[in-house]
Amino acid sequence: MGVTAPGLVSAVGVGVDLDGARVLDDVTLEVVPGEVLVLVGPNGAGKSTLLGVLSGERRPTRGAVTIDGRELGGIRHLELARLRSVLTQENTVSFPFLVAEVVAMGRSPWARSVEGRDDIAAVAEAMDAADITHLAGRRYTQLSGGEKARVSLARVLAQRTPVIFLDEPTASLDLRHQEDVMRVGRRLADEGRAVVVVLHDLSLASAYADRLALVSDGRLEAVGAPAEVLTEERVERVYGLPVELHLVAGRPVVVPRRA
Amino acid sequence: MLLVGGIIASAVVGQLAIGPGEVVGSVLRAVGIPNPWVPSEQIVESTLWFVRFPRIVMALAVGAALAVAGAVMQAIFGNPLAEPGVVGVSSGGALGASIAIVLGLTALGTATTAVFAFVGALLATLLVYLVSRANGRTEVVTLLLTGIAVNAFASAGLAFLLFIADSGSREQIVFWQLGSLNGSLWGEAVVVATVTAVGTAIAIVLGRRYDILALGERNASHLGINVEALRIGSIVLVALLTGVAVAFCGIIAFVGLVVPHVVRMAIGPAHRPLIVASAFGGAALLVLADLLARSVVPGADLPIGLLTSLIGGPFFFFLLFRQRRRSGGWA
Repeated sequence: MGVTAPGLVSAVGVGVDLDGARVLDDVTLEVVPGEVLVLVGPNGAGKSTLLGVLSGERRPTRGAVTIDGRELGGIRHLELARLRSVLTQENTVSFPFLVAEVVAMGRSPWARSVEGRDDIAAVAEAMDAADITHLAGRRYTQLSGGEKARVSLARVLAQRTPVIFLDEPTASLDLRHQEDVMRVGRRLADEGRAVVVVLHDLSLASAYADRLALVSDGRLEAVGAPAEVLTEERVERVYGLPVELHLVAGRPVVVPRRA
Repeated sequence: MLLVGGIIASAVVGQLAIGPGEVVGSVLRAVGIPNPWVPSEQIVESTLWFVRFPRIVMALAVGAALAVAGAVMQAIFGNPLAEPGVVGVSSGGALGASIAIVLGLTALGTATTAVFAFVGALLATLLVYLVSRANGRTEVVTLLLTGIAVNAFASAGLAFLLFIADSGSREQIVFWQLGSLNGSLWGEAVVVATVTAVGTAIAIVLGRRYDILALGERNASHLGINVEALRIGSIVLVALLTGVAVAFCGIIAFVGLVVPHVVRMAIGPAHRPLIVASAFGGAALLVLADLLARSVVPGADLPIGLLTSLIGGPFFFFLLFRQRRRSGGWA
């Protein structure tokens, strides 16, 4: 791997304690520019906590996270916002802003900078990628859940950062838009960005990930290519559910065994 | 239009009838333009310059201060129903001012009352803020209940002060509770106008950040906003604007609720235009309300706080009702 592209996020021996409980323990993980890294794992395994630590939102109790060699905690808010963007699960907007205004808010970290002149193009491109151009003149507060999710995705894309974190971006989307979102993620990685996605759907994860990180009980169970990480034995053990795996185009598809 | 009309009407109407021409003439002469409309009688001149003009300036400044404070408060609470009067910031300020009056404190000179009003308003804002927030947002129920608690505590404090006060202080406190622009002096009006102008300018500078705060605390911080600093600064700003208004004119509720709402309906929620338009709207509303307060009953000067609550109460109810119908609950 060359060191030319910015956005190398590296977590070493990271642990998080919440109210005395170990939510995350001894996680060492790299996020590499040009690849889609998908975090999977059962509910409460610590995926979102790990995402929070990697994105600098949560300070780890143990260990350190760096981006391009710099400690995350030492980077100012605004500078960090130019390095990484985050799509959260919860996306309510307090006042009835227009969809175009909400997407343009993604440009705010670039105000008064050279990149600020790309604002209009960045907003238009992001709205196109998220398939919401037709919603531009609508009020955000009047959209459906799926539409809100796509508008929020567009806002994050408009931020144009080297590292992009997406926390369950497909949760409220229909089949087509789920695929669309993952394709957008794929394309961003192909452009040289580092993309980290939390997903529940193992088959979707396996179809789009360069690397999968399986989180279980606050620990990193396995990291690697989808076919290496997703084995019947491992998925059954981590999820506590009998499954069978099929290979579709060389990628595992996970199906629960149903009686 | 409404603003200019209100200003002239306010100068014209009163116990001493003065023609609109005389008002314009007097102002023009004051800025050094000789003209034929200058009032001929000295009493007209002094009524305008010592009674009506300071009162008009005061109404404009207080109206703008309260409306801007309301808009800022709604932005940092992420809730369109936050308002200095409703959540108890105004009564906190009134309690502070009353303490200064009753105890006869003059440690800081003539500004003592104003400083106490500011401190009271600041404490009330902080309290409401700390109690009513959860996960970066404020639920309507929690906000209103906190407001009830703060208002109840401030009322009890005011009642106790009334009880121990001598009759002179008692009268002053009653005046605070009702809210009035009667007897505004140039010195006071200039102080309020200065604070309002500075506060509004700061709010306009912060406007873009308030827009982004509407995405919620987490998203705002992911977009590079130092949310903590913005909130603390804004709380001081709200306390300053509300405190200075309360210190000289008492509790004038609902201006901060009604004005930003109407403006938002008209031009949308973007905060920079919202704050500018709210400042003008609040100024216009209070000049007109004051005009009504001193002309609706001949020879009497109604407390203006009474009037704004008379209009604002039903409006608030309407907003609550609408929000409940829309979201299917009180959240």
